[in-house]
Amino acid sequence: MLALFDKLRKGRFSHGIHPHYHKEATQGKAIKRLAFPPRLIVPVMQHIGRPAKPIVKVGEEVVRGQVIAEADGFLSVPVHAPATGIVRDIGLMASAAGPRVLSIVIDVYKAASQQVLYGEPVEPETLTRAELIQRVQATGLAGLGGAAFPSHVKLKIPASKAAHTLVVNGCECEPYLTCDHRVMLEQPQDLLQGIRYALRITGAERAIVGIEDNKADAAAALKAALRPDDRITVELVETKYPQGAEKMLLKSLLGVEVPEGGLPIDLGIVVNNVGTLAQLGRLLPSGEGLIERVVTITGYNVDMPKAGNYRVPIGTPVRFILEQMGVEADHEKVILGGPMMGASLASLDVPITKGTSGVLVFQGRTFMDGENTAAVYPCIKCGRCVDACPMHLNPAQMGWLAGKRQYGLMETEFHLKSCFECGCCSFVCPSNIPLVQYFRIAKAVNRELQERAA
Amino acid sequence: MANKHVVLHTAPHVKKPQDVPTIMRNVVYALLPIVAYAVYQFGISVLALVIVTTLACLGTERFFGWMGGKPNSLGDWSSTITGMLLALTLPPGFPLWMGALAGIAGIAIGKAVFGGIGFNVFNPALVGRAFVQAAFPVAITTWTPAFFSGRFTEFVPSTLTLPFLIPPETAEWVKQVAVDGFTGATPLALHKFQHVATSPLDLFSGAVAGSAGETSAILILLCGLYLIARNMMNWKIPAWIFIGVVVTSGVLHLINPAKCADPLFMLFSGGLMLGAMFMASDMVGSPLTPRGVMIYGLLIGGLTVVIRVYGSLSEGIMYAILLGNAATPLIDAFTQPRLFGALPRKKSA
Repeated sequence: MLALFDKLRKGRFSHGIHPHYHKEATQGKAIKRLAFPPRLIVPVMQHIGRPAKPIVKVGEEVVRGQVIAEADGFLSVPVHAPATGIVRDIGLMASAAGPRVLSIVIDVYKAASQQVLYGEPVEPETLTRAELIQRVQATGLAGLGGAAFPSHVKLKIPASKAAHTLVVNGCECEPYLTCDHRVMLEQPQDLLQGIRYALRITGAERAIVGIEDNKADAAAALKAALRPDDRITVELVETKYPQGAEKMLLKSLLGVEVPEGGLPIDLGIVVNNVGTLAQLGRLLPSGEGLIERVVTITGYNVDMPKAGNYRVPIGTPVRFILEQMGVEADHEKVILGGPMMGASLASLDVPITKGTSGVLVFQGRTFMDGENTAAVYPCIKCGRCVDACPMHLNPAQMGWLAGKRQYGLMETEFHLKSCFECGCCSFVCPSNIPLVQYFRIAKAVNRELQERAA
Repeated sequence: MANKHVVLHTAPHVKKPQDVPTIMRNVVYALLPIVAYAVYQFGISVLALVIVTTLACLGTERFFGWMGGKPNSLGDWSSTITGMLLALTLPPGFPLWMGALAGIAGIAIGKAVFGGIGFNVFNPALVGRAFVQAAFPVAITTWTPAFFSGRFTEFVPSTLTLPFLIPPETAEWVKQVAVDGFTGATPLALHKFQHVATSPLDLFSGAVAGSAGETSAILILLCGLYLIARNMMNWKIPAWIFIGVVVTSGVLHLINPAKCADPLFMLFSGGLMLGAMFMASDMVGSPLTPRGVMIYGLLIGGLTVVIRVYGSLSEGIMYAILLGNAATPLIDAFTQPRLFGALPRKKSA
């Protein structure tokens, strides 16, 4: 009986939502290369942690793959030149998040061969774990799933803890995005190699790749590429948003709940995204840096015949991408990332960074996925947000408190900090109350008050 | 690339298309067959009653909105639902002026004083009904035979009572139009006060005396299923109420069959079906969490039976739901969801 119950629970977490996925437009399209733009804008802060320090000067020639900004301490990663060209400017440029960030602007040489000449190939099998972690840092790799947390920090297990399982996140639960799907299909060897390296670095005994069951072909491709001696299993999980949130994925795969305020490593688990590990599998042996990534470029209600997955140099401005796609008409909204958690852009001169998984163009008033007016009604206590929240919070209650600006109470009594802003509550709210938006404000206010008090 | 405007909006950028007016409009759709059947059963008197109560509710809603300087809230359909539900809970020959008063009272004291939709504690339709139950105890228990001849051409005599006047005695009129054996009592009252049982088939089809819209249990069930199928109603609320009713009446029936009817009769008689499906399930007055909904449903189901069996009234669903509404904030406070990854409660050392 208990076994049957376990079987039913397998691959699932409770709550969550089923949005329209809109993945058909791009999931069948092989990854292509996008042309080099005439000018690249490369921020020195594309990851969580300390910004990298520029080591090039204005007017200096840079070669594709060369380090142009070095890591500032352990919680930082270097930045490499995504193309051969000349440094035109180093200054504050627009970013997707809003505030201007220090960026290195490179005018790309049109005639350059754009060969990667940098990088010292190594045999990772011969290196120690500490050396490998240094090597990972040198690639400039930061989580490609969106959070852009430096990969070497994630792979370094704190001395007081030990990792037994590496979970590889191939869920890609955000609607529209298919770049991870394509990477799994087209680069299974790179990905498996990356998993093997990560197993070695973390000392974990086994790896589990979790893939949503709408990408069964990707799971099959990975399984087919497995070696008999691999300690890697591939498992399908339910297609549901936010399956790709690491806490939800661990619940689905292993039935464990990461304790409030804790990290997966507290349970001996390390989680990495498939896109990141596929890059690791390629970059670690070649000793090259991260200079491009796969991005899903698509739209809703917009004429974009070239929509698909593209390998895009880091620093490519969104404006150039849209021009390449032939999108010229007036558009309502441009989003970097997925529609559930991505940022909408105020400026098209924002570049693609290491954490950018998608460029979405939404057009027309129907961007709300239906004939929806944006009118906000009072909360009717329907409880849909309570049933949707994967963290089992009480968004309705927190929404009322936010309306009264009782942000402190939200944190002390209703676990505001456990909210990871997946947006399920706002998605389902029939009163169109911007719940997750309220929670972001509440968190920011609390953070500021605490900083001021400290 | 010319770009006239760009919309800035924080995530999420997609939205489930079901909003409040859509849900409320569908509740209106679900109520329409019940209204139609009530009109077929009791004639133009009920049609007039529905129109009057709905207009009274809409008018009151707009009046208070205008007083408070709020935008027009009639488009959210919630007051239309209140008006329709209210009429369905009233006797078919209920004087129209009293119906209008019930509508005004329901919206004014049941909803507007709390701040309008979403803020009301009690179901406004039931507040309206409770108001007239207290004010006009005779009129609200004066029943009309179903399917009387001429129901499409003439009003029940009491319907057109002039405002502020007592409705005329209808006993004589009932004798003229009634089919044989009509006693002017509902199945619940028959059972309670005269110990006469009504056949389950009649309860199902609605060929019994009762409030305008409560008589056909099967039709109400079907209309509710429509909303459940469209994910616009929490099916757990009626389900828990039914369980509460069956368990409570089952126990009481086993103890004393003469005093308490069997669970099946309890389920399908009186206003239970309409109340459980369309009033207790009103989102505003019901708890947020599944555990809260369980307590709320069982409470209403149990209370309904207890009032029916031990109270001085033959019907108990209305007060049971109002009490359930009143208990909701308390239930909510005690049934907060358990956080994902919640740490086990530390024992105070």
